[in-house]
Amino acid sequence: MNKVVESADAAVADVVSGATIMLGGFGLCGIPENLIAALVRRRVTGLHTISNNMGVDGFGMGLMLEAGMIASHVGSYVGENRRLEALVLKNELDLTLIPQGTLAERIRAGGAGIPAFYVPTGLGTVVAEGKETRKIGERTYVLEQALHADVALIKAWKGDRLGNLVYRKTARNFNPVMATAADLTIAEVEELVEPGELDPDHIITPGIYVNRIVVGAAYRKPIESKFIQSGGAA
Amino acid sequence: MTGKERIARRIAREFQDGFYVNLGIGLPTMIAGYVPAGIDVMFQSENGMLGVGGPPTDECADPDLINAGKQPVTELPGCSFFGSEESFAMIRGGHMDMSVLGAMQVDEKGNLANWTIPGKMVKGMGGAMDLVAGARRVIVAMEHQTKDGASRILKQCTLPLTGQSVVHDIVTELCWIRVTANGLVLTEVAEGMDAAGVQARTEARLMVSPELRVMTA
Repeated sequence: MNKVVESADAAVADVVSGATIMLGGFGLCGIPENLIAALVRRRVTGLHTISNNMGVDGFGMGLMLEAGMIASHVGSYVGENRRLEALVLKNELDLTLIPQGTLAERIRAGGAGIPAFYVPTGLGTVVAEGKETRKIGERTYVLEQALHADVALIKAWKGDRLGNLVYRKTARNFNPVMATAADLTIAEVEELVEPGELDPDHIITPGIYVNRIVVGAAYRKPIESKFIQSGGAA
Repeated sequence: MTGKERIARRIAREFQDGFYVNLGIGLPTMIAGYVPAGIDVMFQSENGMLGVGGPPTDECADPDLINAGKQPVTELPGCSFFGSEESFAMIRGGHMDMSVLGAMQVDEKGNLANWTIPGKMVKGMGGAMDLVAGARRVIVAMEHQTKDGASRILKQCTLPLTGQSVVHDIVTELCWIRVTANGLVLTEVAEGMDAAGVQARTEARLMVSPELRVMTA
């Protein structure tokens, strides 16, 4: 078994326009920057993206937005992207904002064969509008549906050719859960190791969830708070 | 002492040894700097960390180690990392002793609005809706009035809600207000301020606690 692909471009070569794509990361931390760059080079359009944030102007998913590739987006926070805000206020991009925990759990459910579930989050807010609610015990809950994607693009720290992955510090975030919830999961890693090198007790994403693995060519990893302060020069 | 510092110092005195606490972005984050001596508090960051330490020096900043405000942080001994689904399971599951958040509006029923201004601001709720739905105690930390002098503590929120009847306490530079089933109860006022002075700056009706005290920072 060998899931290693020689380049990020090869890894995303069959991603088509109109696909639903999950992208890991929290802000600019733990984002699949090489796979995003390859996707931008492919110029696919009409994508439906699912990601907690949407990069910033000039980096991460902000590059996909600037290339006009995104038709709709589901996320929890997009405050750092002025271009997106302008597009949404002009009704040129379909943006759905949902609570971050609900986003994570909808993805988990999508990967775990659970079609829907009840949460207390968002009751009595716009988030619950049009959704079924149910009183269980003393509390009322909102029914939320699972999320699934055609493709998940994720970033890990180290991986092996079987697709086993470990993450580093807070760069883990949405990556492992998204790895479980797509038909095609593509992981980029900073370092490829031999099977057996990763301690089996420490593996966070077992290889079964990963279809392709590619070593990222280079990592810029800007720190978002500094990147924004310096106008993108960091 | 600035108003924000007074708020941060006062809320820090609510911490008990062994508490697990999530601090929101902005003013609430300041509270971490005032934990009383002898009290051990574990700060959670919803992007996937327990045991968040203070900011690093510029040279030591690690892009893989940030808080929910996307600022670089440090690791405290005994810290742990986890994924977003785990992070929100612990939040939603009632494991956080306290969540401190900022607000744009709070009202007499403990409703909170802090995530959007329709037609003007597109940012998103992030983890706020999950935090207020799941934390055992929700404290709002904010400046008492807007920059234009309007009350932020209203009879009824006019902005879209973050949560319905979720706030337990409201702390401003002027006072401490407890949210009860009967309405808002003023329990502490800042030095040099009195109940009438707070009410004059507050749209919501305040009941004055018989044990009204001076709010010491």
